[in-house]
Amino acid sequence: MNGSKVFWRGIFGENPIFRLLLGMCPALAVSIAANQGLGMGLAATAVLVASNILISLLRSVIPDKIRIPCFIVVIATFVTMVDLIMAAFVPALHEVLGIFIPLIVVNCIILQRAEAFASKNGVWRSTLDGLGMGAGFTLALVLVSSIREIFGSGTLFGLDIFWFWQSFEPMRIMVSPPGAFIVLGLLIGLINFLSVRKA
Amino acid sequence: MMEQIVIIFFSAILINNFVLIRFLGICPFLGISQKIETAVGMSLAVVFVMTVASLATWIAQTYLLLPYDLVYLRTIVFILVIAVLVQFVEMVMQKSSPTLYQALGVYLPLITTNCAVLGVTILNLNEGYGLVEALVHGFAAAVGFGLAIVIFAGMRERLELAEIPEALQGVPIALIIAGLLSISFFGFQGLL
Repeated sequence: MNGSKVFWRGIFGENPIFRLLLGMCPALAVSIAANQGLGMGLAATAVLVASNILISLLRSVIPDKIRIPCFIVVIATFVTMVDLIMAAFVPALHEVLGIFIPLIVVNCIILQRAEAFASKNGVWRSTLDGLGMGAGFTLALVLVSSIREIFGSGTLFGLDIFWFWQSFEPMRIMVSPPGAFIVLGLLIGLINFLSVRKA
Repeated sequence: MMEQIVIIFFSAILINNFVLIRFLGICPFLGISQKIETAVGMSLAVVFVMTVASLATWIAQTYLLLPYDLVYLRTIVFILVIAVLVQFVEMVMQKSSPTLYQALGVYLPLITTNCAVLGVTILNLNEGYGLVEALVHGFAAAVGFGLAIVIFAGMRERLELAEIPEALQGVPIALIIAGLLSISFFGFQGLL
């Protein structure tokens, strides 16, 4: 498989949220507003790329039997760095994402990519894989959170988009927890429907 | 004190249900809810691990992180504590009670990456809970997780008989049903 295929597969064919169904917790929890979805996606991408690079560099050093604890330590280190950097530079976003930033450690996508890809491939391909998976995750998160923000608050990235339709009543359910499940369920269903029809 | 513990207990089970309101532990919630028996097995393992993890991380936090001003290392320390704990529980269980190990064995390794476990320990730290409060919170959060996953498994067993459009089969319909279940738990909001 060539490099560009490794990258693009994370966005379409093997999109972590819509296809692999990994990392659902943050996708449901922080997708209330588009900027939160984007922030979470970028934070996870940073950790994913950094841990993929380091793990592929260390892949011949890490003993096979204790590889999972080693991966977790590497991932936890990068998550702590991202956590501290976000607290310093984007404190408002850090505040709303709250507990879900340290929880990037147990985000299944990152461990799964370490185990399935970075521990078996070179640095360059692992970087591309991290970037592709991260981009796919971020896009999915922005898509879900945009839908929820548009219908739930009548805004997108904080901008009022229903200026032409003053009587629009925001649907409270969309920004509350049940809305997350329903929007994501319908979206995955829609994507299944489109890919079945294409095939 | 007593009153606060009761509040923590019920709010972790019903009002801030870990799965349906806080969205922690979605992966096992979707993955291991095909049958009621497996859901019950997973829930029991989670109740056990989460309660012990609350205790272990409370000790690490009080005697290691706070005195030496290392709170920023909480993520690394807690995940290691949980990973070691799960491994340890698995080994002890294998030796001391093979029946229980048989029943829970397959679920134990999965718990390390269950974000509800790490989530409850970090919430304990953020809320500044004492030992008793942390234990009650860990136990109640796990009971809430178990309640949600068992109800959900019951709904999914019924779903197998239903006719569902092809595109929605499997995870999409499960998520929509979880949404409906979440609406009913949302009704507990005004309880306390």
